[in-house]
Amino acid sequence: MKLNIEGLLVYFPYDYIYPEQYSYMLELKRTLDAKGHGVLEMPSGTGKTISLLSLIVAYQRAYPLEVTKLIYCSRTVPEIEKVVEELRKLMEYYSKEAGEKNNFLALALSSRKNLCVHPEVSSLRFGKEVDGKCHSLTASYIRAQRHSNPSLPSCRFYEEFDALGRQVPLPAGVYNLDDLKDFGRRKGWCPYYLARYSIVHANIIVYSYHYLLDPKIADLVSKELAKKSVVVFDEAHNIDNVCIDSMSVNITRRTLDRSQANVETLQSTILKIKETDAAKLKEEYRRLVEGLKEANVARETDIYMSNPVLPDEVLQEAVPGSIRTAEHFVGFMKRFLEYLKARLRIHHVVQESAPQFLKDISEKVCIDRKPLRFCAERLRSLLRTLEIADIADFSAITLISNFATLVSTYSKGFTIIIEPFEDRTPTIANPVLHFSCMDPSIAIKPVFERFQSVIITSGTLSPLDIYPRILDFHPVTTASFTMTLARTCLCPLVVGRGNDQVAMTSKFETREDFAVIRNYGNLLLEMSAIVPDGIVAFFTSYIYMENIVASWYEQGILENVQRNKLIFIETPDAAETSMALEKYQEACENGRGAILLSVARGKVSEGIDFVHHFGRAVIMFGVPYVYTQSRILKARLEYLRDQFQIRENDFLTFDAMRHAAQCVGRAIRGKTDYGLMIFADKRYARADKRGKLPRWIQEHLTDGSLNLTIDETVQLSKHFLRQMAQPFKQEDQLGLSLLTLEQLQSEEMLQKIAQIAHQV
Amino acid sequence: MAALSEEVLLVVKRVRQRKQDGTLYLMAERIAWGPEGKDRFTVSHLYADIRQKISPDGKAKIQLQLVLHTGESTNFHFSNESTALRDRDAAKDLLQQLLPKFKKRANKELEEKNRMLQEDPVLFQLYKDLVVSQVISAEEFWANRLSLNNVDHSASNNKQEVGISAAFLADIRPQTDGCNGLRYNLTSDIIESIFRTYPAVKQKYAENVPHNLTEKEFWTRFFQSHYFHRDRISTGLQDIFSECAKQDEKGLRSMVVQGVKNPLVDLLSLEDKTLDEGYGSNSMAPSTSSANKTVKENSNSAIIKRFNHHSAMVLAAGAGKKACLTMKCAGPNWGCASETSSTDGNSRDSDFFQPPVKKVKIQEAIEYEDLHMENGKKTVALNLKKSDRYSHGPVPLLPQQYTTSQDIINSVNCIQQEIANYKPCLTQVMSSSTASSAIAALSPGGLLMQAGSQQAINQMVPSDVQGELKHLYTAAGELLRHFWSCFPVNTPFLEEKVVKMKSNLERFQMTKLRPFQEKIQRQYLSTNLTGHLEDMFQMAYNKFHAWQTRQMLRKT
Repeated sequence: MKLNIEGLLVYFPYDYIYPEQYSYMLELKRTLDAKGHGVLEMPSGTGKTISLLSLIVAYQRAYPLEVTKLIYCSRTVPEIEKVVEELRKLMEYYSKEAGEKNNFLALALSSRKNLCVHPEVSSLRFGKEVDGKCHSLTASYIRAQRHSNPSLPSCRFYEEFDALGRQVPLPAGVYNLDDLKDFGRRKGWCPYYLARYSIVHANIIVYSYHYLLDPKIADLVSKELAKKSVVVFDEAHNIDNVCIDSMSVNITRRTLDRSQANVETLQSTILKIKETDAAKLKEEYRRLVEGLKEANVARETDIYMSNPVLPDEVLQEAVPGSIRTAEHFVGFMKRFLEYLKARLRIHHVVQESAPQFLKDISEKVCIDRKPLRFCAERLRSLLRTLEIADIADFSAITLISNFATLVSTYSKGFTIIIEPFEDRTPTIANPVLHFSCMDPSIAIKPVFERFQSVIITSGTLSPLDIYPRILDFHPVTTASFTMTLARTCLCPLVVGRGNDQVAMTSKFETREDFAVIRNYGNLLLEMSAIVPDGIVAFFTSYIYMENIVASWYEQGILENVQRNKLIFIETPDAAETSMALEKYQEACENGRGAILLSVARGKVSEGIDFVHHFGRAVIMFGVPYVYTQSRILKARLEYLRDQFQIRENDFLTFDAMRHAAQCVGRAIRGKTDYGLMIFADKRYARADKRGKLPRWIQEHLTDGSLNLTIDETVQLSKHFLRQMAQPFKQEDQLGLSLLTLEQLQSEEMLQKIAQIAHQV
Repeated sequence: MAALSEEVLLVVKRVRQRKQDGTLYLMAERIAWGPEGKDRFTVSHLYADIRQKISPDGKAKIQLQLVLHTGESTNFHFSNESTALRDRDAAKDLLQQLLPKFKKRANKELEEKNRMLQEDPVLFQLYKDLVVSQVISAEEFWANRLSLNNVDHSASNNKQEVGISAAFLADIRPQTDGCNGLRYNLTSDIIESIFRTYPAVKQKYAENVPHNLTEKEFWTRFFQSHYFHRDRISTGLQDIFSECAKQDEKGLRSMVVQGVKNPLVDLLSLEDKTLDEGYGSNSMAPSTSSANKTVKENSNSAIIKRFNHHSAMVLAAGAGKKACLTMKCAGPNWGCASETSSTDGNSRDSDFFQPPVKKVKIQEAIEYEDLHMENGKKTVALNLKKSDRYSHGPVPLLPQQYTTSQDIINSVNCIQQEIANYKPCLTQVMSSSTASSAIAALSPGGLLMQAGSQQAINQMVPSDVQGELKHLYTAAGELLRHFWSCFPVNTPFLEEKVVKMKSNLERFQMTKLRPFQEKIQRQYLSTNLTGHLEDMFQMAYNKFHAWQTRQMLRKT
């Protein structure tokens, strides 16, 4: 259907539309008009992605000069592929309706592992191996060496691409990962480099967060993207952790040992080169004197996105003299390593800020702040000059140099914690230096500054006001949308007590309590008897799950559960869990029914959907608080309190509730779907927890469904399931939660729609 | 009653039954006991009727108890003081060997009876009335019914196989026997479930029972084993089930290695770009090394693994034969992996024509069915096993062009007109020799009229030659079948065989085919008769040579 969104013609590739989709598009359009950032929460399964794509593509067509590019960031590879397929559907609709082929170029970008077509390289299993092997075939100096020695191995796909691929742009169309590979195979071009080259002139790019947020990758891939782009972060409820992860560094003794080896290799290589090709080193020296002018010019003329690892001040200066020659730099690194080793030789926990660390290092080994800041850049230059083939081998020393640059660049927002051993095993010495980022806004700042509109969206972003605060930006729109429903297809219940009236909670003091574990077991047992097909249960942590499973096994609860359904359990091993997941789906598929025991914050809770019969009930055992004894977390909480005035408890509850909401939200993936959401902890009944759930769940959480016993829960669930099992047709939804174009245009409906969006 | 023709396997004297001395006879099909001094048996049981035998140890009396399917039991007391124990063991061992032979038959019959009773309420009522109230014996009741139902018995074989209860192990409730011991009650169903779910145990059973262990000992050990109680820590090396655990582990691992078909649940390829080692805030150097773990943690994770494995195996066992094959492949010592991969050629090419799983799954995931207009009826997709057959075959051997009668009439008219208007052009006639050769070619038996002569073959060739030819064909066919069945030659045995078969073929050609050819030549019959046979041989030789040269190449 063709929609009129405040004067913008939007093609929407379906015959009907959900009211909230219309409302979502309205808000999105206003955000784009204002050229500002937005935070939008809409329940999963209400067609968020297609609404986003429809509106932004329409906007791009209407105002090609205002918005030139859409950068769509998602989290997992299947998500990326889904987005591209939805986009393909939209584009097909366009060409069907408008009659002409539009010349949009849309493509997905992923790592080499998912795009490589080289027969040998692509057969490697791990991403890192693929990257390393690819690099050893395609690095510029290796190709240069091949001129003199043609017998060296090469990648014909890259060579072909390099010779021909850049002349003609990729023909317009929608390219998913597999399409790129097909195209690459047909033409004999490397799909990875083709995609990386093509994103500069593509209209729509779909890739993962890291290409924009991780400074190490963003610098390579996303540097030259146009300023007039719209950036969308989908499934962004966890974006702060992605930012933090990309800026944090951990150094263990093993890292140091490997760096030591790296440095020695560097030294011997330098010696060798000095004998054979001294000119090369001289040339490098000259380049370093001139400094990083090039990058500086580019950034000033607004071509590049700034890189938080490479701060502006560095660009204006030349590399300091003390590390300009290769030998000096290697000596410098050696000294730095020795210092780090000494720091790891401790018996008690040390926590300090970056300035303290710098002061200490300057006192102890006379290393200044300035050369440290150039470390990362200097190392990169050296590796290039020395023509090191396998960069992957040098990951340790690269890590150290990145650490050096970061620690000397940011005086705020980071903390250094040195722990001599793990908390659980105080007898085993395993010193780790955590250099941890506490401020997610550092990594995402360049994105907000560079691009005109950044949209952060997810099914669970409540409470909405917290994201702008922790990411430090000012959105023009902040809205939460509810799900209009013709029938209440979700049933959140808070179970607070067992039948013996003992409170159920995963609170630290009582979590090992026999009665609590037994009541949890009884809940699972009772539910397994009444819920059809699949049940997914989430625990607060892996260790807790292990303990509970063990005691359920001893008490014979699991045996009884097995009479009703098969049991599958998440393990720390991803491959094993994948198998369990597939078997779980198989068991749901063939009617046996199954239970999946899983962990909040785990891979399953973040990336796997349990549509329809794969998840008729989700049980959340306890409140998934993060492990609060961790020093890194404590430091971060302190920082949040001081910098953003966010109270510790507020943040912890927010964090726990967003994960709980993620977990229970896994079961509802659309309006035809239905599922029970069982919160098995009495603490969920409290206003501070309840209030932090997304609005679309909160709405259905009535006072009557709080603090139930197991028996009451079973009664309510039975009732709900029986009701839901009745046939549900499209006609039942029409006019309420599903609109035709005429219905959409009626005055009355537009008024109703205005209420769907809940502005904050 | 003692039929003379029965073979008596064992005779034990001085066995008491109901306080009466007598002799125990073990025959080929039944066990019988007769009181002393009388020549008739008061107790006689067919082996097929015996459900189990119990020989309680450690009691003052040395006894052997037989429990029948009907629930009755019979006790024999071995009363010969000096040899009682030996006698009992001899009888027991013999029974041990005999019972399983009959068990299968008994089970099948029993199942059949059970099924009939369950499916037919009237019969069940009748059974209750007659048998349970002991009006007639069960045997009499079944005597004429079973045979009647043999016909639909075969039909019911096609019925869906019943899966395994996930909780079958839980159904084995141990009971305390009062003196610090546990009693497990095993039924044949449970044993069957255990075997189907854990092929490794079945294998152990086949290896050890009854050569090394009795059945009872086997199961006792099973229940004592670490394998059964996964949370217990391995007791020692003499545990025969420790190997099973290893095999299970292997099976699990191979399942894991096989990976998942649905890309949406593949957690390994979920992440696009993982952080490099050393980056990230909570990469707390995962202490996966088991050395760090406490004993308790180890046993906990073993329990979790076991549940996953158990559920997967139950699922596989329930999924019928097809999955059984893959399950066996997962079990290491079954060695049918090569078979399944080679026999299942169909599935592979049908896969090829179906859109890849990934595409389908993604399409499924992005589809909003309620946003679409419901237009058109739902159609059922045609599921083709071999799509090339659908698009190409079966076609008629020759592409024929059908002519309508109107066409024929037209062409006849056309020819008539041609002939009517024919004017010889005498300057351009053929030479007489070419003309005569053309006529020869066109007359019956000529070069262009071959088709005519073939019809006459059974008239042209005398019947004895025909008979001989038929024999030759069957013999040659058999030889060739053996020859071709050797390909692909992938074992040394086949290699040997193919060489042998080739020489056989040659010998056959020399000794049988040649004389026959000479014979027909002598009789001036068309030598074409053996042309096809020759071709077949030639084909085989060609194949052999091709294989041989390839073999040589590989060796050099």
